[in-house]
Amino acid sequence: MESIIERINQGKLWHFHGGIHPPEQKAITSGKPIKHLPLPKQLILPLQQHIGRQGDLLVNVGDKVLKGQALTQSYNPMAVPVHAPTSGTISAIKKSVIAHPSGLSELCLFIDVDGEDTWKAREICQDFTKLNRQQIIKKIADAGIAGMGGAGFPTHIKVNTKPDINFLIINAAECEPYITADDLLMCEQSEAIVDGIKILDQLLNPAFILIGIEDNKPQAIKALQQATKHIEKIKVCVLATKYPTGGEKQLIKILTGKEVHSATLPINSGIVMQNVATCFAISDAVINDIPLIRRVVTLTGSAFSKPQNVWALLGTQVSYLLDQAGFVSEVGEPTSSLNSAQPSPPVIMGGPLMGFSILNEQVPIVKTSNCILAPSKVEMPSAFDNNSNEVECIRCGQCADVCPSQLLPQELQWSAKAKDHQQLMQLNLFDCIDCGACAYVCPSQIPLVQYYRVAKAEIRQQQQLDIKAEKAKARFEARKLRLGQEKIARQEKHEKAAAARKATMNKKSADGGTASSAVAAALARVKAKKAAENKSTELSATSSEKSDNNEQVENSPVKAAIARAKAKRLAKEQSSESPVTSNVVTSGHEQTEKSQVKAAIARAKAKRLAKEQNTESPVAISNAQDVKEETKTSPVTNEETQNKVVNDKKARIAAAVAKAKAKKAQEKQSSAVGKTLSKETMQETPSEKTTKTPTSANDKKARIAAAVAKAKAKAKLRIMDEAQQASTTNSEKST
Amino acid sequence: MAFWIASSPHNHSKAETSALMRLVIYAVLPGIFAQWYFFGWGNIIHILLAITTVLFCEFIVLSLRNKKNIRKQLFDGSAILTAILLGICLPAIAPWWISIIGAVFAVVVVKQLYGGLGHNPFNPAMAAYVMLLISFPLQMTSWQPPLALMTIDLDLANTLSVIFTDFTKEGYSVQQLRTSVDGFTMATPLDTLKTNTGLGLTVFESMENSVFGEHFSLGWEWINAAFFIGGLVLIAKKAIAWQTPLSFLLSLFICSFIAYSISPDSSASTMFHWLSGGCMLGAFFILTDPVTGATSTKGRLIVGALAGLLVYLIRTFGGYPDGIAFAVLLCNMAAPLIDQYTRPRTYGHQTKEKQGEAK
Repeated sequence: MESIIERINQGKLWHFHGGIHPPEQKAITSGKPIKHLPLPKQLILPLQQHIGRQGDLLVNVGDKVLKGQALTQSYNPMAVPVHAPTSGTISAIKKSVIAHPSGLSELCLFIDVDGEDTWKAREICQDFTKLNRQQIIKKIADAGIAGMGGAGFPTHIKVNTKPDINFLIINAAECEPYITADDLLMCEQSEAIVDGIKILDQLLNPAFILIGIEDNKPQAIKALQQATKHIEKIKVCVLATKYPTGGEKQLIKILTGKEVHSATLPINSGIVMQNVATCFAISDAVINDIPLIRRVVTLTGSAFSKPQNVWALLGTQVSYLLDQAGFVSEVGEPTSSLNSAQPSPPVIMGGPLMGFSILNEQVPIVKTSNCILAPSKVEMPSAFDNNSNEVECIRCGQCADVCPSQLLPQELQWSAKAKDHQQLMQLNLFDCIDCGACAYVCPSQIPLVQYYRVAKAEIRQQQQLDIKAEKAKARFEARKLRLGQEKIARQEKHEKAAAARKATMNKKSADGGTASSAVAAALARVKAKKAAENKSTELSATSSEKSDNNEQVENSPVKAAIARAKAKRLAKEQSSESPVTSNVVTSGHEQTEKSQVKAAIARAKAKRLAKEQNTESPVAISNAQDVKEETKTSPVTNEETQNKVVNDKKARIAAAVAKAKAKKAQEKQSSAVGKTLSKETMQETPSEKTTKTPTSANDKKARIAAAVAKAKAKAKLRIMDEAQQASTTNSEKST
Repeated sequence: MAFWIASSPHNHSKAETSALMRLVIYAVLPGIFAQWYFFGWGNIIHILLAITTVLFCEFIVLSLRNKKNIRKQLFDGSAILTAILLGICLPAIAPWWISIIGAVFAVVVVKQLYGGLGHNPFNPAMAAYVMLLISFPLQMTSWQPPLALMTIDLDLANTLSVIFTDFTKEGYSVQQLRTSVDGFTMATPLDTLKTNTGLGLTVFESMENSVFGEHFSLGWEWINAAFFIGGLVLIAKKAIAWQTPLSFLLSLFICSFIAYSISPDSSASTMFHWLSGGCMLGAFFILTDPVTGATSTKGRLIVGALAGLLVYLIRTFGGYPDGIAFAVLLCNMAAPLIDQYTRPRTYGHQTKEKQGEAK
């Protein structure tokens, strides 16, 4: 560390890699004093003007506020209050466009200025050396001071860390072209700045205080040297002009030869850096009890007829400043002609290399705004062309030569275009400081910084998503675990309950077993029913084939009818299982080989019969199609018909008679049949019909009756057909 | 009032790729002048032929690729520079179709088929030269002796006639043009040296040949000197990186110096290596092609050194008298790999060795 000071005393400094020398253009404003502007009519104060969070509102619409009065406060250390820059009335609290590259709208306080500029009660501190640490920090925090160099980091946090501080570096480099705000401030307020530095010294107690200032500000250098003449600890270090010397990491490297390790803060290396304007604000706040309500803003560029540095109240709209400095639009119209269809030439907040073009003239000045740059087209053509001149990269490597972070911008660019995030991370994209040196020199005019910004945003978003996904996964795992445990717990509970029940049951059966005996009885009943059903099914199946049903019908027509119905259902179920081969299969199931042959013959007969029927009966002609369809589509019908025709004619006639009888009986006992068929009334209808079909073949009267019945059932049949067709196709697939 | 929105940085150095290319073209002019002075109009005719061809080809390919703003891309200077470099490399009295075929190959195959400007892995001019050398060895080695040694007066009309009809107006063939007074076919100094050392002659004996002139190689030394000057201008203007030519020339110097110290009889001198063939053209105009070279400082040094070594090896042990083109193509192949292993240490990042020490 001593050697560092020796080197500095000898005037030897380190240097950082790269850097550029864009036209400085500081002479436009550096010769003129800082102008005090009349009060604007309205101020727009964004609640958040720094890195961190916004404070809680202390005022409401309609409230009268005094100059310097706090408008927000907070108990969060990362929140910085804002103050009324002058006295007036809060006219609105609403969202408005803020000074941010995104052009987003954020919550802002609108103050109607009363023009009286009445101060709140202030306490001037005569001797800050008598204040203790906490008092000073509280004063800085209450004054709403955030880093005024650009980043806007809350100052009271930066000065409230107390490891061993080796160096307090005051950044007075102001390396961006055009900007002279700090330069002028140093010339005019060097004593106040040095007071600010002394306050910081008292807080941080660093081993050395270095003021880094570029050699293009000779008057400021002289003023600072004059003001720090008697302070051994402070060294004014004059640096060669090069952009971006004023970058935090670059200035540290130049002055101390140290590098701030990637992704750490300078404080970890025992270095604290403050901007000169921040030092001035600190001295104002601690000594004069003036919160941060104004700052120096450079109004520069060829589009201004009267470029100058001005003291601008925070919240002053850009339009007001443009008017004050005589902004002449490129089209030749003065600013008064608002809302022209074509966008006006760019107005940049900040310098030409790191500033951002603002969305409209309502944007207010905030704590970090140091410059309003309105270039002419001749002066800065690239600000007008919206990056349309981009051509292919020829890997000339000039970008890598000027990169102060020693990155490889051309490789970053390829990876950014390819969205290769992994490679971007490997190339240390996040060490890029957005200084714009690469894009400035690029002969292919590639907007490199823009590519990096997009890539950085994408990577950050992806990281957020990854974190979210990780959390969701953890949540899901936890839920699964919990559900599993609950299931086990439930099972255990059930088992216990079952055991308890059993135990009580055993007890009861021992007592008399009323409950168990009742259950047993019910089970027995069910079993009996099932057995009976099975029996009847078998019977009907055999009966339909072997004409035994004659006897059965005679014996018990009702039973036979029920049996038939059941048989049909059975057949249907089977047929729906395999409708294509249903005939063969069903017969194969139910019959021996002989009966299979028989069935085949019967089928042929049935077909012929059906045809005859169609031609014979005129009534049935209209239904012929339906009958055909029936025979075709509903295998049940086939089955039935066949089964009937299997029998020789006598038997068939007998059966028909029996059926007719059975039908009557069925009607009588419909309640009984209803029990078995109630579930499938739809299926009942076709089965009835098919029962009738053979009957009609035998008996003309019956046939006519059947035809009438058919006509009636037609509607129902159609629905059935459809349903069956559906099932046929389904089962075809399955077969 | 809405303002024009643009992304930072708003200022630009106003450098343009086309301006860079123009500068390189200007820098190559002294060399072309020297070539004209010593070897006549041949190369200038080839350069013009090649320029016409590349512009035509580039226009066709860009149209086929549906590129916008073709005019700008066409005249960004990259294609013209390729044509000029190719034209410089060709033997002055090579037939006209040599430069046409070379130019078509350079632009269509080597440059545009790989994605156009900035995407070609190989230097188009050198790739085309190598293609021609391999495909048409006879035409590509028909080097004409310097005008001072020629028996036939080769003026502009005669040169045109030779290039387009293979015969001068008087009816002399290319072969006759290359024959000296005493009936020997003349070749380039490098060629002669290679043949002679192959025949067992010492370098000093070879140097007796009239093509070597008073110093190292008649005509060629001045051409190389002119390219050297042009190259220095480019370095001064920061149009090219100084690392590549420096390390290339040093490497070639060291290689030839070692060989010369060990065996002066069979090795040419260091200055001969520097000032003959396409040495300076390669050093300042070919190897420094940013598209196909390495991008990091270390990488450029390595590529230059590698090229120097390869040139020396090819000149001494290879089958061809000069090795610039082959060396350049080999270096083009190696450049991406070299780049990957020579990435600079980013600010705030420790090098691997230091990280190891910290652990």
